[in-house]
Amino acid sequence: MSFSRLRLGGAVGQLGSIIVTLLGLLVLTFFIGRMMPADPVRAIVGEDATRETYEQVYHALGLDRPVWEQFVYYMRDVLTGNFGTSIRTGQPVIQDILHVMPATIELATFAILIGACLGIPMGVFAAVNKDRWPDHAVRVFSLFGHSMPIFWTGMIALIVFYAHLDLVGGSGRMDQFYIGLVDERTGFLLIDSLRAGEMDVFWSALNHLILPATLLGYSSSAYITRMTRSFMLDQLGQEYVTTARVKGLSRGQTIWLHAFGNIRVQLVTIIALAYGSLLEGAVLIETVFAWPGFGSYLTSNLIIGDMNAVMTCVLIIGVIFIGLNLLSDILYRIFDPRTR
Amino acid sequence: MSAAVETHTLPGWLNALKNILLFLLRSPTSAFGLAVLAVLILCALFAPLIATHDPYVQALGNTLKPPGNGHLFGTDELGRDIFSRLVYGARITLTIIFLVSIIVGPVGLLIGASAGYLGGKFDTVLMRITDIFLSFPSLILSLAFVAALGPSLNNAIIAIALTSWPPIARLARAEAMTFRKADYIAAARLQGASPLRIIVKSIMPMCLPSVLIRLTLNMATVILTAAGLGFLGLGAQPPLPEWGAMIATGRRYMLDNWWLVTFPGLAILTVSLSFNLLGDGLRDALDPKQMNKR
Repeated sequence: MSFSRLRLGGAVGQLGSIIVTLLGLLVLTFFIGRMMPADPVRAIVGEDATRETYEQVYHALGLDRPVWEQFVYYMRDVLTGNFGTSIRTGQPVIQDILHVMPATIELATFAILIGACLGIPMGVFAAVNKDRWPDHAVRVFSLFGHSMPIFWTGMIALIVFYAHLDLVGGSGRMDQFYIGLVDERTGFLLIDSLRAGEMDVFWSALNHLILPATLLGYSSSAYITRMTRSFMLDQLGQEYVTTARVKGLSRGQTIWLHAFGNIRVQLVTIIALAYGSLLEGAVLIETVFAWPGFGSYLTSNLIIGDMNAVMTCVLIIGVIFIGLNLLSDILYRIFDPRTR
Repeated sequence: MSAAVETHTLPGWLNALKNILLFLLRSPTSAFGLAVLAVLILCALFAPLIATHDPYVQALGNTLKPPGNGHLFGTDELGRDIFSRLVYGARITLTIIFLVSIIVGPVGLLIGASAGYLGGKFDTVLMRITDIFLSFPSLILSLAFVAALGPSLNNAIIAIALTSWPPIARLARAEAMTFRKADYIAAARLQGASPLRIIVKSIMPMCLPSVLIRLTLNMATVILTAAGLGFLGLGAQPPLPEWGAMIATGRRYMLDNWWLVTFPGLAILTVSLSFNLLGDGLRDALDPKQMNKR
């Protein structure tokens, strides 16, 4: 029984379970989409359409077929990348989403960087000072970030830092008069503006990004801090730490070079997972900051009841989540020699 | 609760509850959590006595008044007293927590205990379903459910319940798996008890304590999700003084009238923080290693 065969077996099993989960995801979005009390035909044809038009659209949407057949059609559509047309923009939903996605990725990436820069040192600090006041202070600080309703914190931050102190940009991705100045090539405003050499736009974009990203990062740092603390505690309790100290290494060297070195792999996987849950906060914070990203797209379609767009968004978030789980698993396998 | 009647006999569970409470009170953070919870319950019970004004009565001549002058937290865009609305809002918050918990607890417990006890295909299928639910952030899935059901407070509660049973089921399953091989279960089976009877009578009570803790820990998330739904206009609908919805309507006026959004948000923050602190303390209280050390 060779090593590689075992790993292959594991990979196939994992692939199988991912396919089953994805299928389940489709069933779930399909049924939520159908549960809707509103009439999808009325939404398309309008209130005063004739009976014939209604019947025609009813038939065209496949609503007169058995449910399982409709599901097969739905699955076929999804697999071929056909997610329907958005009622609001008249464009294919998937095209809309691809258009708004970079704004969200830009925000979430900055947020996770801030969250990690905040959470990891705090977690290490708390672990090193376990059960003393710094530990409690860190715990309360990070629980605070975890407990705040992020849409509210966003508003308060806007009132304080934008309206009163005028330190940062307000809502949107950049100041109004810069809009349209830079060609959208990647959709990532910071990259696009740098490539075009428009430094004013770059600074404006950064100025608008910093507040929502900090708030999102703070809220996600709670999880990172907690996990870092518990990983560090595991390491600090082991004998090699004592040995290193006895051999004459300083406290800092022992903590950062030895103990911290051993938790890096675990931290990477944790951060991948935290990135996924950031998306949840992103939906709310984007609404507050009028950030033209995925979250704003989702909520604006929720309000007008465009289920096609909403369910596609939900499906995509589910796929991103599964993808991130898988990624964190793979990273763990690659970086941790013990799993080989 | 009939605590007063039962004190002289003090059954085991009540004694345990007393110990847990004493432990929680010893740590300042969880004592704070308990205190806030007590205030919240008092506010909800005695809202008509505590509130200084009627939360629904509009006074269009007295709109957007800053705090002071008989209005502790000021008035909103329709001249309603914000303090009174917050006090009545405590009722809504508690209703949400209560209803979600009594739906999610039994459902998660039953599903998890059955999956853990029966095992095999049944377990695989049920756990696969929980995996699917867990692959969404809870707010996003609730959003989808509310969008499908139509926005209202009841639908928000249903949606939150639908999305928060999987972690409970997971936990109950893990607990049930440790009990399924126990001798007393085998004894029950030999006596001819049906699987359903064993699950309900012998397995579920054993899973109950950890499920209760998990429910407490969940409450902070439930509050934040409910407030988020209210903020997006998908939860409680306007005249209702739900805290998230109050923030949503206050948003239009926030730059000039900070009190409209500040106080409801502080209420949400305080309550969710105290549930988190309480859950943290509860985790310590039921961890035997911690208990002995103190």
